[in-house]
Amino acid sequence: MSQSHNRGLVEDFGRWREFSAGMWAWVFHKFTGWVLIGYLFTHIAVLSSALNGDAAYTQTLQGLEQLAVVRVLEVGLLAVAAFHILNGIRLLFIDLGVGTALDTQEKSFYASLILTGIIVVVSVPVFLEGL
Amino acid sequence: MSTQTPDTDDSDPQAERMARKDERAAEREEAASTPDVGDDAITLKVFRYDPEVADKQEPRFDTFHVPREPGITVLDALIYARDTYDSSLTFRHSCRQAVCGSDALFINGSQRLGCQTQIADLNDSETVRVEPLPHREVVKDLVVDMDHFYDQMDAVEPYFSPKEDPDGEQLQSRENREKIKMSTRCIWCGACMSSCNVAAGDNEYLGPAAINKAYRFYFDEREGEDRQEERLRIIEQEHGVWRCQTQFSCTTVCPKDIPLTEHIQELKREAVKQNLKFW
Ligand code: SF4
Ligand code: FES
Repeated sequence: MSQSHNRGLVEDFGRWREFSAGMWAWVFHKFTGWVLIGYLFTHIAVLSSALNGDAAYTQTLQGLEQLAVVRVLEVGLLAVAAFHILNGIRLLFIDLGVGTALDTQEKSFYASLILTGIIVVVSVPVFLEGL
Repeated sequence: MSTQTPDTDDSDPQAERMARKDERAAEREEAASTPDVGDDAITLKVFRYDPEVADKQEPRFDTFHVPREPGITVLDALIYARDTYDSSLTFRHSCRQAVCGSDALFINGSQRLGCQTQIADLNDSETVRVEPLPHREVVKDLVVDMDHFYDQMDAVEPYFSPKEDPDGEQLQSRENREKIKMSTRCIWCGACMSSCNVAAGDNEYLGPAAINKAYRFYFDEREGEDRQEERLRIIEQEHGVWRCQTQFSCTTVCPKDIPLTEHIQELKREAVKQNLKFW
């Protein structure tokens, strides 16, 4: 072949409007997975303030909890974790051959989204309490 | 279009043919300059690329207007555009009935067979955007290089291997036929592989079509146990079934409605089962 043309990644993320449910589930699962890994490091960093004694730890946590942005981020974290867990369960079922039909896997993805939404909405008051 | 001036010698059949050809070309050109395509014409946007033509070396989209006929398919529209406007428009097709698998295209953002896709059924039936299959090198216009896809298909040894010493005729049970029925429907169009992100990122990944082929023979009860074992080795290799991340992209686009993801998942379980087996 004399020459050919490689269209690169245009078709991958350029066509996001045409992504099907399963593709979105995959994208969200990857994304939430990375966010959770990132959070793990923040988590360790915050907890390790305890190395400087009780007072430092208490002060760090209280200081953080006073910030509205931290509370909002916590809600976000819950959303991310909830989706990752629920979709993870969905994927386990798919691995076991349950719900592998095209429309079933779509419905189970929407179900995990809706459940995530409900969990987040319900827990907003808890997170924002006493701000 | 011919650039040759027709010979005026009437007795030369070749010259006559050339004259007729030029006449038709002229007619076509006239039709193209004043195309009567009706008010509700379909706007066809087609990807163009040709390394041998100067102004097509840089890929671009050409727009054609095609009259809307009841039941018109994307392939019909392409044929109309080629015959009416631009004879250099290049695409593969043969059977026009979803059997040969040669016209898998990227139509309005999804892998479909041109001949199986009626324009009226598309989300946007006003403007139809036709591109070559993603994740394949484009050779010319809508024609992509399928070699890699065929290599992956060959890698799973896609042929029936009968038992060495069959006792008489080898019959297949009804149940077994049912089990592999869907997997036999593949027409090697490559739509599934093109839709798969994992396959795009891993050139060695067998891909959905090849794994489905492997499924078709792995579960065929007429092949011997040794052969099944060999097939499993191919299936469960590093770039085999384990690469699948259940995006369901392949299942979504397969024009023959093969439950590809389901088949891949079943082979994953099969691989686990066979490897855990200690009896
Ligand atoms: S499995 Fe379906 S999409 Fe893939 S090559 Fe075969 S017919 Fe085409
Ligand atoms: S032309 Fe044969 S599958 Fe479309």
